[in-house]
Amino acid sequence: MQADPLDGTSELVRLVTCGSVDDGKSTLIGRLLYDTKQIFADQLEHVEETSRRRGDGYVNLALLTDGLRAEREQGITIDVAYRAFTTPRRRFQLADAPGHVQYTRNMVTGASTADLAIILVDARHGVVEQTRRHASISALLGIRHLLVAVNKMDLVGYDESRFRAVADALAELGARLEAPDMVAIPIAALHGDNVAERSEAMPWYDGPTLLEHLETVEIGGDRNLAEGRFPVQWVIRPMSAEHPDYRGYAGRVAGGVWRAGDEVVVLPSGRRSRVAAVETLDGPVAAAGPPMSVTIRLEDDLDVARGDMLAHAGAPPTVTRRLDATVCWMSERPLVPGARYAVKHTTRMVRAAVDEVVDRLDLETLEHLGGADRLELNDIGTVRLRLSGPLAVDAYRQSRATGCFIIVDEATNDTVGAGIVVEATPD
Amino acid sequence: MTTLTHLDALESEAVHVMREVAAELERPVLLFSGGKDSIVLLRLAEKAFRPGGFPFPVMHVDTGHNFPEVLAFRDRRVAELGERLIVASVQESIDCGRVVEETGPRASRNRLQTTTLLDAIEEHGFDAAIGGARRDEERARAKERIFSFRDDFGQWEPRAQRPEVWDLYNGRIRRGEHVRVFPISNWTELDVWQYIAREGLEIPPIYFAHEREVFARDGMLYAASEHVELADGEEAFLASVRYRTVGDMTCTGAVPSEARTLTEVVHEIAASRVTERGQTRADDRFTEAAMEDRKRIGYF
Ligand SMILES: Nc1nc2c(ncn2[C@@H]2O[C@H](COP(=O)(O)OP(=O)(O)O)[C@@H](O)[C@H]2O)c(=O)[nH]1
Repeated sequence: MQADPLDGTSELVRLVTCGSVDDGKSTLIGRLLYDTKQIFADQLEHVEETSRRRGDGYVNLALLTDGLRAEREQGITIDVAYRAFTTPRRRFQLADAPGHVQYTRNMVTGASTADLAIILVDARHGVVEQTRRHASISALLGIRHLLVAVNKMDLVGYDESRFRAVADALAELGARLEAPDMVAIPIAALHGDNVAERSEAMPWYDGPTLLEHLETVEIGGDRNLAEGRFPVQWVIRPMSAEHPDYRGYAGRVAGGVWRAGDEVVVLPSGRRSRVAAVETLDGPVAAAGPPMSVTIRLEDDLDVARGDMLAHAGAPPTVTRRLDATVCWMSERPLVPGARYAVKHTTRMVRAAVDEVVDRLDLETLEHLGGADRLELNDIGTVRLRLSGPLAVDAYRQSRATGCFIIVDEATNDTVGAGIVVEATPD
Repeated sequence: MTTLTHLDALESEAVHVMREVAAELERPVLLFSGGKDSIVLLRLAEKAFRPGGFPFPVMHVDTGHNFPEVLAFRDRRVAELGERLIVASVQESIDCGRVVEETGPRASRNRLQTTTLLDAIEEHGFDAAIGGARRDEERARAKERIFSFRDDFGQWEPRAQRPEVWDLYNGRIRRGEHVRVFPISNWTELDVWQYIAREGLEIPPIYFAHEREVFARDGMLYAASEHVELADGEEAFLASVRYRTVGDMTCTGAVPSEARTLTEVVHEIAASRVTERGQTRADDRFTEAAMEDRKRIGYF
């Protein structure tokens, strides 16, 4: 427990969990919540009672995590759920992506904001197609840290050689995906082995428990401090007696460290100025990095509006009307060449026409399947888009926040796709 | 650059959400109950828009059974901020026959609020309502989006939620539809308290232990007031209590407490073994799916 509960200075770590149905994901999450004492007496009572009624024969911690009525009735999970838990050092935000229908769509949603992915594997089955899918989506979405929980070790007699075999297969997968950090941990979520408590049944394992790993993995370095990027969200112009001439550009730092004096270029116009001040409600700050929400004032009175991007003049993003992007399709209505959509990139909306589906990806074999005439729901592929106006973009692998966009169907207003800029190509 | 604390990260996310609503929707409104979560919302709006004014008014749905201390606080706080307050009154909805008052010892105006809220949204033409709900409050909430879309009837359809990817929110709606926006979705009760402490925010006095006339019902303590009838065998007595949430007097339970400072309150909460809802909301205890049902019909 935190010594001082009012001391709000833990580090926030965002997680996504994924696994095929029955790998034990709900049990693991329930176990994490339980072992880190996030579960209140009334919640536990409720779970005990429901377990009894269902005839589970044990307190089914998996029930702690199931949400909607439809899910309870069918005993399945249908949508991404978000949960919080804390340890003395860290505050975790967990996106739980269910593992079957709508799979890719849910996983992409959960993974898009994650620092670390927990991928569940059943020790009896080892690396299966789904594992490859989960790992490749995680890697595609730029998650640097993959933790593979090899679960149900009790069902393989806590056997070291079984774990080693799975870990070896994982290492090979990690190498293929160029995953910078991938670890495998043998656990039994149902009994708590190596989740928060070291397992007595697996004395041969000398690595960290799952929770130890979550608490210590270094994520601070993942922030993009290199490319200075600041999409303007909102222009603050009080025009009041007190602040007659104030003009501040409010937004969230997408990259780089921002200070007064920085030389900036405003995109897409290309006009230049300098940062006069970086401010918050509490006054000017010496520096601000991602993902801080701040207000930037410029030395010159330029015409800057929502949707413009301020960038450090030395290394600006690419301004383009063409996107070559990997798109995850999230709608029942397929994406087809010739279709038109709206695209939201940072704070800017433009229209887009699909020129070509260049490539479709087989997420299980990681093979490129070549050109296609469409992307169906849950497909991932490379698409060439022509834009109605310029966007200032970076390759996603360089800068997550300025390399991603969503696709909106203007007829239904639905979000139908998530896109990642592969290569920022000027037109 | 100093490392980012979790409160910094949560604050930055919430401020970003506030600015997105203001930019993407035409007529947002911020719902303010005088409770701790909406007090945090007001602070976040200051962080998002000062030195400018808020690009939306502040609205309170007043059940007519609110704690007087909270109403006084509400008026003072909004005046200090120099922002505009709209009060949508459940009493008026009753008076003009839009809803029918429940009767009996368990009568509550909680359910009636939904109609008053939806009527006010329609009357003012609001297309976004910013609220202080959190995902840790209840299991159905854990799945709700930050931009949560409502149809023409104010209903939430959990199976047709828009995917929310990165921090790219889609605020597009048709006429008559609106979005509920929850900037502090990812905050926990403890985060809220830590933030109140960090920012030095004032909260209504009922959050601290005080002497009050209460009666016991269903294992909880409720304020004795003109708005509740006592059932047979129920008796009012004096106790030192505080509230964990601020709501309608008739269905918000108090907890026995001696905590008279913020630090003491937070220590009690950190040590608490019961959820905020389990401890203080009578209306959630009736059925397991109570919350989900009310949300589907437009409850906040
Ligand atoms: N023996 C054993 N069973 C487990 C373990 N973890 C989960 N299970 C069981 O596997 C089944 C599926 O687990 P659940 O958490 O619901 O899987 P999910 O579909 O991935 O969420 C349940 O019957 C669990 O009790 C484990 O470590 N050992």
